[in-house]
Amino acid sequence: MKKLILGLMMILLGLQGCNSNKNVNNSSTAKGISDLSIYNLPSKWTNQDGKTLEMKEMKGKVLVMVMIYTSCKSACPRLVADMRNIESRLPENIKKNVKLVLVSIDPTVDTPERLKAFSIENKMDADQWVFLRSTEENTREFAAVLAVNYKKISPMDFSHSNIISVFNAEGELAYQQEGLGVNSDETIKKITEEAEKLN
Amino acid sequence: MLQLKIIISTFLVMIVTSLLAQESQMVAIKRGAYVPLYGTKDKKPVEVDAFSMDVYPVTNAQFLAFIKKRPEFSRSKMKGIFAEKSYLSHWESEFNYGKNNLSNAPITNVSWFVAKKYCECQGKRLPTMDEWEYVAMADEKRADARSKEEFNNYILSWYEKPKTFVNPVGKTFKNYWGVYDMHGLVWEWTSDFNSIFLSGESRKDKDTDKNLFCGSGSVNASDLMNYAAFMRYGFRASLKARFTTRNLGFRCAKDLK
Repeated sequence: MKKLILGLMMILLGLQGCNSNKNVNNSSTAKGISDLSIYNLPSKWTNQDGKTLEMKEMKGKVLVMVMIYTSCKSACPRLVADMRNIESRLPENIKKNVKLVLVSIDPTVDTPERLKAFSIENKMDADQWVFLRSTEENTREFAAVLAVNYKKISPMDFSHSNIISVFNAEGELAYQQEGLGVNSDETIKKITEEAEKLN
Repeated sequence: MLQLKIIISTFLVMIVTSLLAQESQMVAIKRGAYVPLYGTKDKKPVEVDAFSMDVYPVTNAQFLAFIKKRPEFSRSKMKGIFAEKSYLSHWESEFNYGKNNLSNAPITNVSWFVAKKYCECQGKRLPTMDEWEYVAMADEKRADARSKEEFNNYILSWYEKPKTFVNPVGKTFKNYWGVYDMHGLVWEWTSDFNSIFLSGESRKDKDTDKNLFCGSGSVNASDLMNYAAFMRYGFRASLKARFTTRNLGFRCAKDLK
């Protein structure tokens, strides 16, 4: 008899597909995170060292983010160059407050090992550089937050928006630079402005 | 023994109600290939795997049940990064869609993030754009009616009709697959709405663009069908994930196992 009740209970629980265990978690960890912050995203990411992390672990730094894929031959090398150029022009006294984050839109190809190799090849292997990958779904969601559009157009190729986004220490979008090889003065000014607040 | 019967029947009732509360009807869509009308490279057919799709768009009543279960998605708790201020703005209050909205009218004014969460909560997901377009090319009788002039006229005349979003679901035609309201009621979110390039960022898509605007002078059925598809892709391309608009709802899909 007890077993029967227990069994039925289990079935019933199983049917309640949408449990809110998660949101208890969310709301407690979301404390101190502003409404417009990317740190509201619960998705998990892996960096170039194979370490799992959530975006909010980077809270307190100014983030400069771009979405790329490492096998890309056309736009990404220029986007990557733009990122390197931005990094090299940052004033020394704020560099410690800034992380430059490259998020892969091709998680199947861009394994942590591959991201690591890419970072070394492109001389982006110092501490301020972060390479991230996650599931296709989390990537799609993150792109949605950045208003980055992308599409797989062949097994090896993607179309994607060329947007570099600046987030302040709270994870709120502060500035977006659109296009390839554009003048980055405004972007650098914004990063500096936000990063100086942390000094 | 009587006690046992009572327990069993109580649980059965609970199971049934909980099923009714969450499970909206779905139908199986057979796998196939189709050539998307817009936003594709060299007009190659796209494979669509078998999946199941909600028969109707999600309604006000279903959405309310969801919010009651997950109050973090209610109007006041909603975070700005996931939905703009107009989120559910046509509802009377936080947990009440009010008298001006039919319980079985499609839910609108919902962002992509919330639509996605809703489907996940049902153990489902949003349909991809290809899945959606694949199902949407069917009329009552055939799986692909895109070359039919009446079909295109029907779609285009809906695009001109105001405020169809107040209508109940299930009042437009039932298509070949058994799905209602793909055209004639509301626009719908797709999981990969942010994969469209109309701005010329992707050269491949731009060619289609040129074809569309620099086509021949006379308007035939294929121009109409291109135009209808262009409207949908154009609309999707204009969206951001936190946008909410009065004529944009959603339905869920699921992999077939």
